[in-house]
Amino acid sequence: MAHPADTTDDTFDQDVVQSDLPVLVDFWAPWCGPCRMVAPIVEELADEYDGRVKFVKLNTDENPRIAGQYGIRSIPTLLVFKGGQPVGQIIGFRPKSDLAKHLEAALT
Amino acid sequence: MSAVEGGSFIDDIDIAVVGGGPTGLAAGLYAARARRRTVLWERGVLGGQIALTSLVENYPGFADGVMGPDLVIDMHRQAERFGLETAYGRVDGLRREPPYYVLTTSDGDVRAKAVIVAAGADPVKLGVPGEEALTGHGVSYCATCDAAFFSGEVVAVVGGGDAAVEEALFTTRYARHVYLVHRRERLRASTILRQRALSHEKIEPIWSTVGEEIGGDSAGQVSSLALRHLPSGRRRQLPVAGVFIFVGHRPSTELLRGLVPLDGGGHAYVNLWMETEQPGLFAAGDVRIDSARQLATAAGDGVTAAVRAEHYLQQRFD
Repeated sequence: MAHPADTTDDTFDQDVVQSDLPVLVDFWAPWCGPCRMVAPIVEELADEYDGRVKFVKLNTDENPRIAGQYGIRSIPTLLVFKGGQPVGQIIGFRPKSDLAKHLEAALT
Repeated sequence: MSAVEGGSFIDDIDIAVVGGGPTGLAAGLYAARARRRTVLWERGVLGGQIALTSLVENYPGFADGVMGPDLVIDMHRQAERFGLETAYGRVDGLRREPPYYVLTTSDGDVRAKAVIVAAGADPVKLGVPGEEALTGHGVSYCATCDAAFFSGEVVAVVGGGDAAVEEALFTTRYARHVYLVHRRERLRASTILRQRALSHEKIEPIWSTVGEEIGGDSAGQVSSLALRHLPSGRRRQLPVAGVFIFVGHRPSTELLRGLVPLDGGGHAYVNLWMETEQPGLFAAGDVRIDSARQLATAAGDGVTAAVRAEHYLQQRFD
């Protein structure tokens, strides 16, 4: 099972904005129960899109600057980045197939 | 999942469980432990409403309470230990092809000998302008998830039941001030919660009032809630950064519509074994009539349904 790597306020630019591959960023926090429930779905997707999409997660408690910059007011939120820009946003729990649609859109 | 040779089904299983809340997880545990091939479908995240609850204080056996997500993760691990399979996908259709059922899932058609529908209930929306567009940008149905983003701000909680009051109390950990907007003159919540809320220095109830529109600022974030006082009809704007909505739940029984009778609220009629009038089709937990809608009864319903499904399989197929 692929585990998304951590990204932070300091490494976000390098990890996400400068990435050649599309990136899915999972905004989460330790106290957020549903975020823990989303993790297995994100991990399954990380396996399926291995090599085509990069998966990272950002702890909103420890990295408030990036969370604020992208207007995160609810977690779990997943943002899909392509060429350094957010191109897809998934707030709350969506079926895995909906998440995959956002990834497919970013890949085309 | 394995393919069925020569058939059009992507899979052939014994017991299909629709929904991964406490009802579905308990059903999955019993069905898998009875050595029946059992697959559970979850369209969002496991745990359902319990995944959104921080501390559960009324589940027997946990004297100091238990965190909702912890309980869900353990329930799932326990069921998987006995062979429950989990599919993160949607079940969009259900039809009877005696003696089987066919589930139309987001991954293809699956054939099952028995089906336990434990799809739970979804939060009811206010249905006012601004609500949908601002969801995730200040409009929330889960204070446990989102309250921390409102540190030092003013928010409104809409509703007057247990969930609304619990979430209002939770938001006080972060928000500077919490308006509790309720359409009636008094809270429906249980006495202990009511007392906690009404004596809380940060919570200000606004009685006999409904929210009519949620306003946003230029950054696309919530900035106000328009209120109407029901007795007088007077309107006013409440400047808030967040609106947390808890005005009840509606059973997710779309799958059962046309297949079994539903009551006016959309709950499925079942007997004490969670049996619908269709053989081998069960409805358990928040989807059924007359449910106490508690975590412990939800789990109990799942157990009852699975025990009866096992009995049905023995009678019908073994």
